[in-house]
Amino acid sequence: MRDEAVRRERRGILRDALAIGLTTGGYAISFGALGVTTGLSVLQTCLLSLLMFTGASQFALVGVLANGGSALSAAATAALVGSRNALYALRMAPLLAVRGMRRALSAHLVIDESTAMAVARDGDPPQGRFAFFATGLSIFACWNLGTLAGALGGQALGDPETYGLDVAATAAFVALLWPQARDRTTRAAALVAAAVALCVVPLLPTGAPVMVGALVAVAIALGRDRRRR
Amino acid sequence: MWTAVLVGCAACYLLKVSGFVVPHRLLEDPRVVRAAAVLPVALLAGLIAVQTFATGRALAVDVRVAGLAAAIAAAWLRAPFLVVVVAGAATTAALRAIG
Repeated sequence: MRDEAVRRERRGILRDALAIGLTTGGYAISFGALGVTTGLSVLQTCLLSLLMFTGASQFALVGVLANGGSALSAAATAALVGSRNALYALRMAPLLAVRGMRRALSAHLVIDESTAMAVARDGDPPQGRFAFFATGLSIFACWNLGTLAGALGGQALGDPETYGLDVAATAAFVALLWPQARDRTTRAAALVAAAVALCVVPLLPTGAPVMVGALVAVAIALGRDRRRR
Repeated sequence: MWTAVLVGCAACYLLKVSGFVVPHRLLEDPRVVRAAAVLPVALLAGLIAVQTFATGRALAVDVRVAGLAAAIAAAWLRAPFLVVVVAGAATTAALRAIG
């Protein structure tokens, strides 16, 4: 009986993991197209998906480059956007309990969706681990295939502005941001970051305003927490 | 371009590994948790603002604002991810085609 219940739950996890993978695959197509129309080669665009493998950071890197930012500001923005993965890994470490080479490979799969699927099964470590790897691997496959398809298709497109692809990245950020900006403090931080970034656009090199705006917003949020305590 | 790609990839991977290596107590510090929750949201908001209103180091209001508005409307209506992206891009493309 117990075995049958476990198997049924695993089938459910696999179904969810596949659905999430296919959705992110569609999103990867837009990333691939955007990457090559920004001026990255097909190889560079695909390597980003293979090696960076964290969507928002990849879009951020391409967005900064598209706006004329320097290579280092693009890489730094991508890293800051990806900093949440460090917290996810911190959360996943005791659950996965992997060492050595397996740890190095599992770390690569630590992203929003795989962590969320594992955390949702917090009370059942074996199922949590299964959900983590099923989701991570499903997304890894779909994400990279989608990127390749988008990059090859994007080459044939020509001027990205004709199709509004420059705004596609912005719209992708809106879609990523929306579910996270539920409470008032987070929404306030988002508005502060946007306002500060725009104010310093004429003063700083391209790419830097976004980082400055975000750091100011984080500092204000931490300051408010401290005053409250 | 290669510098951005390789440095960015290395940094993002090291961040993931760092979470496996640093002591777990760090999660108990509310400042770390708060900063990690606010930072991505703040960065995304900044990127949205800059990509909509800036061209290089100049500020401008143009057709991109309409694309952003369409994307926000779609997100507000709880549209799926791809619908939000397509709404933003298609609105911008249509307005550019008209004028």
